[in-house]
Amino acid sequence: MKKISIIAIIFCLFNAMPTILRAQQTDLFAAAAEESKNEDKNTTNYAIATFKNSRLINGHSVETVGAGMMDFRVHHRFGFINTGLYELFGLDNATTFIGFDFGITDRFMIGVNRTGFQKQMEGFAKYKLLRQSTGKVNMPLSVTLVAATTVKTIKDTDPTKPRTTADKTSYTFQALLARKINDKTSIQLMPTMVHYNLVPNANDANDRFSVGIGGRQKVSKRISINAEYYYQFNKWNGYKNSLAVGVDIETGGHVFQLHFTNSTGMTAPTYIHETTGDWGNGDIHFGFNVSRVFRIAKKKNAF
Amino acid sequence: MQKRIIVGTFLCLFSSYLSAQTIYQTKSAKVKFFSATTVENIEAVNNQVNAKLSTNGQMVFILAIRGFVFKNALMQEHFNENYMESDKFPKASFFGNITNINTVNFSKDGSYPVSVNGDMEIHGVKQKVNATGTIDIKNGKIAAKSIFKVTITNFGIKGSYIGDKIAKEIEITVQSTYE
Repeated sequence: MKKISIIAIIFCLFNAMPTILRAQQTDLFAAAAEESKNEDKNTTNYAIATFKNSRLINGHSVETVGAGMMDFRVHHRFGFINTGLYELFGLDNATTFIGFDFGITDRFMIGVNRTGFQKQMEGFAKYKLLRQSTGKVNMPLSVTLVAATTVKTIKDTDPTKPRTTADKTSYTFQALLARKINDKTSIQLMPTMVHYNLVPNANDANDRFSVGIGGRQKVSKRISINAEYYYQFNKWNGYKNSLAVGVDIETGGHVFQLHFTNSTGMTAPTYIHETTGDWGNGDIHFGFNVSRVFRIAKKKNAF
Repeated sequence: MQKRIIVGTFLCLFSSYLSAQTIYQTKSAKVKFFSATTVENIEAVNNQVNAKLSTNGQMVFILAIRGFVFKNALMQEHFNENYMESDKFPKASFFGNITNINTVNFSKDGSYPVSVNGDMEIHGVKQKVNATGTIDIKNGKIAAKSIFKVTITNFGIKGSYIGDKIAKEIEITVQSTYE
């Protein structure tokens, strides 16, 4: 009998155990806050909007357009400002670039464009290799790779030297390294190689090397000031390094980029290596880029 | 003697169910917001919301602002960069209590209207919020749903840059199926 009662008491205790344990009610608020804090350590936060647009000014920024988006671009460079009042400080003349960029994934995009200057056709691919991040993965830089093929379709000026399409083609390879220092300031370095299939003189190197440096400083939520400079390691005589300064203005789906630059070309071979304008002389173009994005494909897993 | 033991055992048995607090949770609750203006309608969904519900009436929702997905990548960027400043304020949360928890019978199927009040924190600003919703119980599965409105200026989301494209009051739908 005594045995039974001991067993019963033990059973009773066991039975009551959960009650004893649960009697101390869990404070859901504290538990959730704690869990949220722990989760933060295990998530990676990627820097977004290092720049407002996929172009810094003449050249690319580390940004790409998102998956399923199309970016319709119109770039304009008016004539040199030092042409004076007769040419309305260059506004009477303009070179136009029209481009269509497509976001294949959030990190990969392609684009095609046409520039009036030397009647260029260009196709490019751009991939975000590394993304600046904090948290679980700590990455100090964003790195984006760009490869472009540019063809100058302008007719031969010298009939004694006919050129093939291959002769008029050049290739650009760029690594863009950027860091968003804080929510207002970002900087970017652009080591670049342009390969010309045909160069003017027999002794000229076909591979031309340069490095660009650029950045942006936001002055308000929607406006930033940008600058971009390319230093050429091997320069043709009479050509200058490209310098551009400008303002990005963002209005919903549009980004307007207004700027001053000594470069007439808007493709990497032409703005980096074929800039003739001299800032000191006032050979400065006023120009703008307009970028308008459209959604052309449904984003996966979104809705 | 034996009788007493039996009675005691039964008492013991019941006692363990008296103050049992059960916590239901999920990491895939959905929060959707919808902004309607004459210019355009904007909506975004976050389906990685951490939601918890205790049978004592406590209710928690925590989400990452970056987790909101828009149809338009540029809108998503503006949302994070300009409006929510998600670098500075990465999360939004709600910690509240169901005021009429006694009317909810977690062991019986049904749709129970509830009213919740608590603290909502968005964009680093904490505000008292009252909302009504339902708790639906079906075959032991517990789900909660609520639709309510928030005024964005109450959460410090203001400035000339907002313009006319974003409604002053945003409709928020919360849907949580607990596991």
